[in-house]
Formats: sequence, structure tokens, C-alpha cells
Amino acid sequence: MSASAPASAPSDSRTRPSPGGARTKAIRSGPQTKLAPGTAPPFQRFLDAYREDVWRFLLASVGSADAEDCFQETFVSALRAYPRLRPGSNLRAWVLTIAHRKALDAHRARSRRALPVADIAELAGDAENGSARTSPSTPAAAARDEDLWHAVHGLPERQRCAVLLRFVSDLPHREIAATMECSEEAARRSLHEGLKALRQEVTAV
Amino acid sequence: MTDAIERTLIVGPGSPNGTRADAAAAARRLGERIAAEGLADIDYAPVDSPFGTLYAATTRRGLVRLAFPEESLDEFLQRLAHRLSPRILAAPAALDPVKRELEEYFAGSRRRFDLPLDWSLITPFAKRVLRKTAAIPYGGHLSYAEVATEAGSPRGARAAGNALGSNPIPIVIPCHRVLHSGGGLGGYGGGLERKRYLLELEGALTPRM
Repeated sequence: MSASAPASAPSDSRTRPSPGGARTKAIRSGPQTKLAPGTAPPFQRFLDAYREDVWRFLLASVGSADAEDCFQETFVSALRAYPRLRPGSNLRAWVLTIAHRKALDAHRARSRRALPVADIAELAGDAENGSARTSPSTPAAAARDEDLWHAVHGLPERQRCAVLLRFVSDLPHREIAATMECSEEAARRSLHEGLKALRQEVTAV
Repeated sequence: MTDAIERTLIVGPGSPNGTRADAAAAARRLGERIAAEGLADIDYAPVDSPFGTLYAATTRRGLVRLAFPEESLDEFLQRLAHRLSPRILAAPAALDPVKRELEEYFAGSRRRFDLPLDWSLITPFAKRVLRKTAAIPYGGHLSYAEVATEAGSPRGARAAGNALGSNPIPIVIPCHRVLHSGGGLGGYGGGLERKRYLLELEGALTPRM
């Protein structure tokens, strides 16, 4: 038994857009619907449900050195935009869209810093850690995994994104297209080209 | 080769256990940052008590909710999300003053709560009743009819009882200090055993042998 009895809900006036809203365009399609109170789960539950998906995507996309910052930025942005979520939004695709943008920012900041040598060393280190922890059955398999993650980091951003969203995050093509803000056809093409490049790169080594 | 590449991508970098632990640690640091920067609308944490684990929630205004153990964490969070805001985060440190005052109260060393309260879950009539209730001193009590009269509706003892039953911040807003005029305990949202316990703790009721 609870000490509280159901009472009339306060009128909801929290759905007005805020200046920071431009970063969360994934929820813009269609008319901005007022969120009925209770539509979004408590943010803590949302964080509990998707933190591993976001972490995996970011680790694969930006590596362990930048994953923490991107993770924080992703969920802080999500928290800011949270009351404006449209009812029926796919929360997982939505938060991965935000993570995708933060990963792009990190990649761009990294290329602006122009430290390719340090970069490559760091990414190789990530791949090494990753494959050491997954402990592939043979040293050859470990080396192959390492090469693969290295090659993923080296892909053009749209290809990298399509590949990661498809395989690491298991999103359907339609959601990948929405996340990347392109047509489904373009998303399929990026995915195809990314996979082709990875096969060439990894078999060539 | 093709399948091997796709398989490795699907497995992802890092081990499943490593990812789970790293994501949990990152989420914890995120929670600390959000609490420190005050980005959530509602902070909550469990609070130990002689009744078991209570859940407490605060907003920027103050303590907005205290729930007895019968209310599951999910119900507690869903209700707050529904009625106030879904921006709710676990923030143990933010609830430290609440934990401290409750601990002192249950130890018998605190007779008045100094916590700021957020009354936004309380309807206007219930607010009148609960404000009068909040003014009943430690160790004292009023009858339902007296509280109703003080709240401005002399014949509204039953309505006052309902308002007390809807108290979202029991113990701190001491609805346990309202009794039947004949001396009976009346009702209590948290169960009569707890009402008796609180009244005995405050010395308003002689312990039963």
C-alpha cells in the first residue's frame, strides 16, 4: 500500500522547444507532438536500458580514449531533450542517433588536432585490448580482429557509421537511414561500400 | 572471410563482461556529473529506516516524495515521471540531508524536520490539511475533525482523512499525528502498525505491553 493516492496530474507545460534542441533532430520528423505525461520512461531506466548499446557503439566508433567523453555528451544531450521526445519514439534508435553525432564530433575534432601518428597508435592499442579481452581462439584470429577494427576506424565516416549501426548496434536499414539522415538506399550503399572496403583491407594484409 | 568479418563486427570491440562493467562505470560517473550540475528535475535514492528501505525524491524545491517499502521502485519512478517529469536520476549524494534527518528522527534525536519541501504533488485542499498537519508538534496530535476545521471545512473530517491518506511525504509531513477524536488511531497509508510505531517513538502513545 502506498502513502500516495492517485490524484489529478499537473498540466504539462514542459514540452516547449529549447535553444539546445537543434542537436536532437532525430525526433523532428512529423509535427512536434506534445508529449503526454508519462510517455517517456524515467530517465534512470532509459540510461540503464541503453548504456551498454551506446558504450559498444562508441567504443567501436571512436575507441576507448574518446568513448567516455562521447558517452557523457550523448546522455547529457539526451537528458536535455528528453521531455520533448515524441510519443512512440524508438528510444534505442534515438539515443544511438545522438551517439552517432557525438562520435562524428569526436572524429572531426581528432582530425583537426591532426595527430595521425598518436591516433594510429592509440587506435591500434584499442584494437589490441579489444581482441585480447575477447580472446579469439588463435593468435592469427586476434591479429585479424585487430586489423579489422583498425580498418573500421579508417573508413570514411558515412561508411563507418553504416557498418557500425548495422552490425555493432543491429539497427535495421530504415533506422540507419533515419540516424544518418539519408535515404534507405543511400544507407544501404554506404553499408555495402564500407563492408567491401573492410574485406579488401583485411584480406590484403 | 566475409562471415568472419561480419561476426567480429557483431561481437563488437571488447568482451561482453568488459563492456558491461565499463558502461556501468561510465553511467555512474554520468550520474555524479548530472547531480553535480543539477541537470535532472528529480533526484532519488533509497533511505534506510526501521520500516525497511524507503525511497525519497527531491526536486530543486525540496523533498517531494517519500515512499514506504510496499511501493516498488518502478511504481515510485513511473508515478514521478508521469506526474512531474521523466528527468529522474539516482543521485545518492543529493539525498544525503534527507537521509541524515530521517536517521536522526528515527534515533529519537530530531524532533523537527528542517528539510525544504516541494508541495507540487499535493492538491489545493490537501495542501490546506497537510499544512495544518505539518504544524502539529512532535509528541502532539489532533483529531480529523480538528484538522478539517483548521483547514477551513469543519464538516470535512472524511475529506481531511482522504487528504491525509494522499500525503506524498509521510513521516516528514506528520500525518501520523492525526487521530480519531475518541482516541482511536484512525487510518494510515503506511499501515496502522507504523502509525503506532511513530507515535510511540514520539512519546505520544504508551507502548503496548
